[in-house]
Amino acid sequence: MAGVWVIAEHRDGEFRKVTFEAASAAKKVAEEMGAEVTAVVLGKGLEAACADLGKYGVNKVLYAEDDAFEVYLVNAYAGALAGLISEGQPEVVLLPASMQGKELGGRLAAKLDTSIAVDCTKLAVEDGRLKATRPIYAGKVYADVLIKSSPQIASLRPNVFDADEVGGEAVVETVSVTPGEIKTKQIEVLKEAEGKIDLTEATIIVSGGRGMKDADNFSIIEALAAELGAAVGASRSAVDAGWRPHSDQVGQTGKVVTPNMYIACGISGAIQHLAGMGSSKLIVAINKDPDAPIHTKADYSCVADLFDVVPAMTEEVKKLD
Amino acid sequence: MNIVVCIKQVPDTETQIKIASDGKSIETDDIKWVMNPYDEFGVEEALVLQKEKGAEVTVVGAGPQRVTEALRTALAMGADKAVLIEDDDFYGADPITVAKVLAKAIEPLNPDIIFFGQRAVDDDSGVVGSAVAEFLDMPQLSVVTKVEVGDGTVQAHRPVEGATLVLESTLPCVITAQKGLNEPRYASLPGIMKAKKKPLEVISLADLGVERDDKLEIVALNPPPERAPGKQVEGETGQEIAINLVKLLREEAKVI
Ligand SMILES: Cc1cc2nc3c(=O)[nH]c(=O)nc-3n(C[C@H](O)[C@H](O)[C@H](O)COP(=O)(O)OP(=O)(O)OC[C@H]3O[C@@H](n4cnc5c(N)ncnc54)[C@H](O)[C@@H]3O)c2cc1C
Ligand SMILES: Nc1ncnc2c1ncn2[C@@H]1O[C@H](COP(=O)(O)O)[C@@H](O)[C@H]1O
Repeated sequence: MAGVWVIAEHRDGEFRKVTFEAASAAKKVAEEMGAEVTAVVLGKGLEAACADLGKYGVNKVLYAEDDAFEVYLVNAYAGALAGLISEGQPEVVLLPASMQGKELGGRLAAKLDTSIAVDCTKLAVEDGRLKATRPIYAGKVYADVLIKSSPQIASLRPNVFDADEVGGEAVVETVSVTPGEIKTKQIEVLKEAEGKIDLTEATIIVSGGRGMKDADNFSIIEALAAELGAAVGASRSAVDAGWRPHSDQVGQTGKVVTPNMYIACGISGAIQHLAGMGSSKLIVAINKDPDAPIHTKADYSCVADLFDVVPAMTEEVKKLD
Repeated sequence: MNIVVCIKQVPDTETQIKIASDGKSIETDDIKWVMNPYDEFGVEEALVLQKEKGAEVTVVGAGPQRVTEALRTALAMGADKAVLIEDDDFYGADPITVAKVLAKAIEPLNPDIIFFGQRAVDDDSGVVGSAVAEFLDMPQLSVVTKVEVGDGTVQAHRPVEGATLVLESTLPCVITAQKGLNEPRYASLPGIMKAKKKPLEVISLADLGVERDDKLEIVALNPPPERAPGKQVEGETGQEIAINLVKLLREEAKVI
């Protein structure tokens, strides 16, 4: 029977949220195909956590333990996964379009002589095949794509698919598999500030642009973000001015984000910026220029000075329970 | 040391994208074509190694004749030679097919490092670099912001969610470039003049012995989902606006 497989992603001994999102999406695809969901976990010391994947609709977990799997390295993982997939012959393979999944997906598709739909925002099943929707041209167009060979591989944009808890426990089967030949090693992990939320996974983002005027003024954005449990983003102008690190840039040459709410402060809304945040579920614009393009994209538009609005917002949010 | 940089020619990021009448492709008539912005970082990094290590830099692009312009730009920046895999029907090809073709063209160049952009800003795939690495059985350092080439090895910084990984790989190796890696230079006027005389080899898919066998099929292109019209938050002062906004976010949008 054609199966739907999910490649689980974990870090520091825990599954990441994107794994649950992919599992839930797999469950829906599998129901329409009349198939079961199998999650593949390559790791070390994760066996106990595996059964939990059942909560998100996974029927069975294939768990392979090896020292080489403790830390993700593309060659080791791609080699092992290709082996398992060739043996198990799933019809569909889903993985998160995280940093890891994006790297792994392309390699896996090449290894398995198939193709991949990357960074999908919607999945459907038509005539028993997967139809994936993916934004291209930085979201100016959405493409519906099919993959004409097996397995049909798709990676899923973080924060777009809901992680639904449907209950249940998965059957865990331990398998042994040879890691791919390792030619890369991880020397060091430079952690970002404790508690910093990554933009691609943040549910709320507060971003600042050239209207912030200087790096120090970002403290008012950080204060609001801290109250909201949000991540801080920036326009390219703010990054190029050296006010924020590259990793904060949102847009066509920065990160593509899909938070529940995106608050743009002192950002004009250039096409390249909209490319990165235009599919946010809710957009708030704070810009004193009524003609700034960001206002045409915003659900809530504030035509005002951000230096008045942002600190006052922080105070208001503090008052909420 | 041999370095290859793969260059895709893409629509300028300002371009309005129009869906063609077949509903599956875009209208290409009024497009201004440029080098993929991420590929510029690859070219720049290669040129640094050209100077530091005496590396020879070859740029490779696949697509219709117009791709020559992007390759000439790279030559004008300082690359030594270029290869165009010319095919009129190549734009929009399955990235895995693109990778197969590029791998075939690159292999005889015996590269120590192959640079790619971390993704092309038209198909937004980020697949080609990984797939070429697989086809040529090389390790890869993906989406990197710092590269240091040592003796037979290369170290790179790879930002991931919440951290930056410092990775080391053996050579030969595939590297995909992320913004932050460097500041790409502009082509100088003398550079542009010199580029005209630099070698640019044109080959075909048939020369490489590859046949198109795309497995990814675009069945429809659609405009992005429409957003409901927004509202302007009322208030005489910034403070009033802030109060009203927080209220709307709480009671109407229910996001906080
Ligand atoms: C190839 C390419 C790739 C690019 N990629 C990206 C990308 O990934 N991300 C990106 O963001 N940009 C990108 N850009 C740049 C983009 O075109 C814009 O230049 C940039 O987004 C502008 O940033 P900004 O909105 O912060 O600045 P501006 O356009 O200068 O806007 C500043 C805004 O702040 C408002 N403002 C000023 N003071 C206040 C105040 N006190 N209160 C309220 N509002 C105020 C002004 O009204 C103005 O609208 C790219 C460009 C190119 C060519
Ligand atoms: N047609 C092409 N010719 C040369 N290089 C390409 C081509 N398509 C993609 N690339 C390279 O692969 C990278 C990633 O492309 P993609 O996987 O399509 O997002 C680009 O930044 C280029 O370096």
